[in-house]
Order: sequence, then C-alpha cells, then structure tokens
Amino acid sequence: MNWHEYVNKTGKVPEWPYPVSYGKENVVEADVLIVGGGVAGCRAAIAARQKGASVVVADRGFSKRSGSGGAGVDHWHGAVTNPCSKVTPKMYSEAAMETTDGYTNGLARYIIGKEGWDTLLEVEEMGVQIRDLDDEYEGSIFRDDETKLMFAYDLENKHCLRIYGYNIKPVVDKTMRELGCEVYDRVCITSLLTEGGKPGARVIGATGVNDRTGEFFIFKAKAVIVSTGHTNRLYNFAPEMTESQTMTNLNQTSMGHIIGWRAGAELIMMEQSGQSLLSGLGYAPYSTGNNNNTYQGSRVIDKDGKEVHYADAEGNLIYDEEGIFKSSEEGSFIIGHGIALDHGQMPKYKITTTDPHLWDKVQSGEYQMPFYTDFPGMSEKSRDIIFQLMLAHEGKCRVPIYKNLTDWGFDPAKDMLQYPISDYSKFPLDTSWCGGDQTPSSWRGGEGGFLTDWRLQTTLPGLFAAGCGPLPSQGCHGESHTAGRYTGRQAAVFAKQNGAVEPDREQIEREKARCYAPVSSEGGDIGWKELNYAVARLMQDYCGDYKTEHTLEIGLRRMKDLLETEGQRMYASNPHELVRAIESLSLCELGIAHLEASKSRQASCKVLGFVRNDFPEDTEDWHCWVSISQDEQGVKSRKIPVDYYLKGEYSGDLEENYQKYAELEG
Amino acid sequence: MFSMPSQTGPCKVLEFDKNKCVGCNSCVNVCPCDVMIPNPERGGEPIVVYAEECWFCGGCVEECPHDALTLVPPAKQRLSTVWVRKDTGEEYRMGMKNPLPRNTRPPSGRT
Repeated sequence: MNWHEYVNKTGKVPEWPYPVSYGKENVVEADVLIVGGGVAGCRAAIAARQKGASVVVADRGFSKRSGSGGAGVDHWHGAVTNPCSKVTPKMYSEAAMETTDGYTNGLARYIIGKEGWDTLLEVEEMGVQIRDLDDEYEGSIFRDDETKLMFAYDLENKHCLRIYGYNIKPVVDKTMRELGCEVYDRVCITSLLTEGGKPGARVIGATGVNDRTGEFFIFKAKAVIVSTGHTNRLYNFAPEMTESQTMTNLNQTSMGHIIGWRAGAELIMMEQSGQSLLSGLGYAPYSTGNNNNTYQGSRVIDKDGKEVHYADAEGNLIYDEEGIFKSSEEGSFIIGHGIALDHGQMPKYKITTTDPHLWDKVQSGEYQMPFYTDFPGMSEKSRDIIFQLMLAHEGKCRVPIYKNLTDWGFDPAKDMLQYPISDYSKFPLDTSWCGGDQTPSSWRGGEGGFLTDWRLQTTLPGLFAAGCGPLPSQGCHGESHTAGRYTGRQAAVFAKQNGAVEPDREQIEREKARCYAPVSSEGGDIGWKELNYAVARLMQDYCGDYKTEHTLEIGLRRMKDLLETEGQRMYASNPHELVRAIESLSLCELGIAHLEASKSRQASCKVLGFVRNDFPEDTEDWHCWVSISQDEQGVKSRKIPVDYYLKGEYSGDLEENYQKYAELEG
Repeated sequence: MFSMPSQTGPCKVLEFDKNKCVGCNSCVNVCPCDVMIPNPERGGEPIVVYAEECWFCGGCVEECPHDALTLVPPAKQRLSTVWVRKDTGEEYRMGMKNPLPRNTRPPSGRT
C-alpha cells in the first residue's frame, strides 16, 4: 500500500522504522575503498580483491540492484577481441577518436577494446548467459553457429554482442560479496578525505551518511575508486513525472564528480551539453513503438500498413534485413548506438536509421501517423531476438516493459506496438521514446568527468575513476564493467605501494557540520526538492542555449548565493530526506563546475554541443580539452591536447602504453 | 477524514497481492531508491512512502520470494503503451478495461 492508504486505513502516520543516530561515527578501514556499487564498482571490487587487497564498497542504494546497470543489459559493446570480430582494439579506439574529431576518451576506448571481451567471459563464468546455448536462434543471420554468439548492429564485423543480461547485477554483486568484499549499502559518500585535509593532495578516504540511520561513516583507505553515475537532477528535475522514463535514478547525482571537484581533481569535458535522450520527459524506455537500439532492425509501418524503410548513412534506402546491419562503406564498421559516439558520427561508422526524409513525407501526406513496430510482419527469429531476448533482458525492461506488456496480453506474433504521435524532426522515429515535442532543448546532459592517466588514476594520487559517470566518454554498460575491472587492479597495486595515512580531523569536522545542518539547525524551511528545482532552473537559465562570459558570471554568483542563502535553511524530517538534502546541496557544487567549465572554454565547439554566444567560432586553437580544478586560491583551468595520452611522457603507440601501464602480470 | 497532502505523481507504483504477501520486506531491502518502509504491523505489506522516487526498475518484483508484487506504471505510461492486433485492427493498451489473457511465453535464455 502507499502512504495515503496507510494513513486513511489506520488513522496513524507511520513512524520512521529505523533507529536514528545523527552523526554517530563509524570508522572503516581497508586497502581499497570503492565509491558506488554499480557494475563498475562491483567489478572494481572483484578485481582488487583478486589482487589481494582488502576492499570496502559504499553504495548509495543496495548493490544487488543499484546503478543504471542494476536492471539488466542486452548489448555488450567493444567485444572486439571475441573470436568472430573483425575489429581490433586499435581500429576501435581510432574510430572513436576519428568520428568525434578527438573529443572522446581514446585511452579508455583502447582499454575497453583490449579487455572488453575478457571482462564479458568472466561474467559468463559468474553465471550470465552470453550465448544461444539452446540453439533457439540457429540459422539466424545474427548468430555464429560455432561459438553460438549473437551479434548486433554490424553483422559483418561482429564486435557488439547481444547478451541475456537481465540478472547481471545480482550475479556480479554475489561474486563480489562471496570474495569477501565488505559492502556498506545505503551509505551516500559525501566527500573525499585528502592528506592534510588539503585540496589537490592524495586521497586517503571518504565520508558518508547512512540514509536509514543518519549515522556518519569515516572510510580510511590507501586507494579510492569513484564509480558513481551520471545525474539528470542538474538541468532536469521533475521526479514526479520523469522517474518511470529515465535510465538514471534519483540516487545518481554525479556525486563522484562532485566529491572529486571539491577535493581538487581536474575535470574535463564538463562543458559538453546537448539535448538529453534520457531526460525522462519522453516515454518509458522501449515502452512505445520504436526501431532503435534494442529494437534496431524491427519492421516499421504507418497507419495504412505502408512500410517505412531504413536508410544507410548516405540516405540510400535499404530493402533487405541484412542491409540494416552493414556499414555503408566497404571496409569500415558500424560503431553502434548508446555508447556516447552518436553525435555527428561520420557516415562510415554510422548506424542505419529510418528514412531521413520521413518527416517531410509525413508533412506531404505520403505517410500517416501513427507508425507501428510491425512485429507480426517480421520473420519469427528476427522478431523473437528483439522481443524475447533483447527486450526481456535490457535494463529497465524485464519487469516494467516485457512483463507488463505480456501480462496485459501483448503477443508479438499478433500485435504491433504504436509509436507516439510526435514531431519526429526533433527526435527521429528510431528513438521515439525519447520524446520529440516533450523534451525541450535546454534539458542537457554531458559526458564529462575526471582527467586520468593510463592507469585511470585521476590527478589526485590514489584516486581512480571508472564507469559511465566519472570516466569521461568511456561508453555504456559493458565498458563500465571493463573500466571497473581495470581500476580494481590499479588500485590494489597502488595500495601495496602506499601506506595508510590518518585523515585530518578538521576536514572531517567541517564535513560533518555541512552534512548535518539540515537536522541540527532550527527553523529550516527549504526541502531537498525545492532546492533541487532551484538548481535546475538556474542551470536552464544560465548554462542553457545562451552563454556569455557575463551571463555565466551571473549564473555563478546566483548559484553561490543559493548555496549560502536557501542552502543554509534546509530541513529534513528523517535520514532519507537528509541524504537527499545533502545531494541537492552537492548539486549546487556540480552546477558551479559546469558553469566554470563553460566559462573556461572561450570558443564554441560543435562536437561538444557547446555554444558561447560571445565566441561563436569553433576555432582550431580551442581544439583541445579544457580542464577545470580548484584549490585554496580558486578555480584553475588549462588546455590539454585531446590525445594527451599519446604525448609527453607517453609513447605515441597505444599498445606500448597499454603494455606499460595495464598491470597485466599476476 | 484527514487533511492530506496531494499525491505528487504516480500514486500506486506497486500492487501487493494480499493473499501472497507475508510482509518479509525483501522488496524493502532490495529497493535501490529506498522508497518503502516495513509495515509497523508484523506481516503487513510494506508501505510505499516515496512513490515519486521509484524509478520502476522492477528489482522488487524479481526479488519477491512469493510472487506477490506487480509494478504499476503511471497512468500516462499505461496510456502511451498501445498496441493493435494486426489481423483484427483491434486496439489495446496497458491498463485496459477488459484485459486480454496473459501471454505466458517465457523470455529467451535459461535464467
């Protein structure tokens, strides 16, 4: 029942069910601390433990299901070393760099190319099915009969797999716990502890607050990995209407970025922005007719049964199914969708889409809405691989979409799923569930995160970054496993070489005062949601479609003002609300980082979707990363070549760097 | 009758089957967003306190050892998940008045 039913039925308001001890200290020590128990964090924990480190994991939710990957996955990208693949790690990394004009994480892409397939084989051993073991899809164009692997996007090059991953999170969580990693669920990490309490120094632990008891945690560790998520609470906050439709839950506040920023780490790509596909203002992912990602290749018809054709990157219409899964350029390969390489993609790497002139054809009356995903019009195997396999295993699909649809009687052999009636010039038909008319251009998301070296160590010694959030533009689900596993090894090695350092008591006291203000001061009148709505409004206004030095400075002033005024008058009725309040306060700091990054790039940048109205040109001297960081003197910024990982102290060769830094032995 | 704040979004989120739920709180414990609390009455079904914080992942449904839980999407999602039976042209939706019989075909895969 819900709260209202309970109150009406019993005449009582339910009391908080857990014992509360605000500020009570718990001290936990380990070699390696992992902040965020999503798939990246779990894999990091497993890898560090296997290297002999003692490991603690602090998770904001409950690690069995937490994180964006907690609800399953149907694709595994970057499995380029699988026995069927024609793509090499070098090709994969270079294609990623080429198609983004260098604005992606070429270093992480290489690591993923090298280790993505091995990382998946380990998951298979843990108990996730990755092959068509029962020969259900024998003879299908998607399957390799020898290995029984199933492929997506590009059937010639076979580097992206279809997997049965709905249980992947419980499986890696179980393995992590069985290996003896100590997991602290329901603990929101609020800050990093640094040597001497100084920003920019070595990271030696973290602080956290439990969202049931309100207790305070002091984690002491020789190495720390941040593997938290993205957020959609910064520009886009409307949980009452977005939660069933987003792939980013409310626990995800980019807290890893925030604690790193506060501790003095260098962040890059924080100015990137663009219309967010996952803003939650459209429809529940995959709940409406669509033909993208999980549904790629499904047949589309209009109201009168007229087929809508796919087109290659050049706009040539495709009339056979195999053509949908083939690059338009001989010798190239399709990179695939959903791994932060879609924007402005070069034709030779581009996924096939629906007819690019479809919207014009709708306007002229050639096609009539609504459109439908025509499952009954497909061959049985092609239909099943999408509905029975992909949809039943993809994140946030097994229960909310697959189970609900079939419980209500949907039968893909008989039924066609309707697309929304929408303006498809805004979001093309393929991605219908993202919402066209419903998603204003100011709802933004970016891929920014920590600047790292080849060890995926940030600019703060002892702090490593993994996963979709902290590691800029690394990819999606599988990539988080791979980067997590890699940083686990690195952190374990660092912990062997560096002793424990006692945290600075003053730093802890300052953090405690900040965290518990909403429950210790009298007369607070601002709730966590009101503050969060204000942060989002501010970002929409001052970090949206119009940005100049002057408006960004106003934005920064306003955000600091919000933090010092309403931010000091918060209340929380229980530990759950307290942790949400800490998150909202921390989002102000994230907003400041976005505004500072936007101020630092004094040029527009097409690939990053970044517009400065006072610097409208995308000039060559700004073709670089712009990093931001802060110390006691203030905010600093510098330019860094986009391929910094092949310059200076590094070899110009990807493989040489990998061999030198990957910690492959033992 | 009580003075009550208005529901701020999806009201229901979860339907508990009273004949099956034993109040074991497995769902409360697995929920990543911690939207439920245990019922103060022993054996009673959990109380969804923060319905608008539920992100509809369905982890609770899978965790329930008694198959007692149904995830209830918000009405706007029920209305926008619409399908047409190709050979009859009949239209259906999630949450329809006269439900079709369940499609009981299992998903692909051994797990």
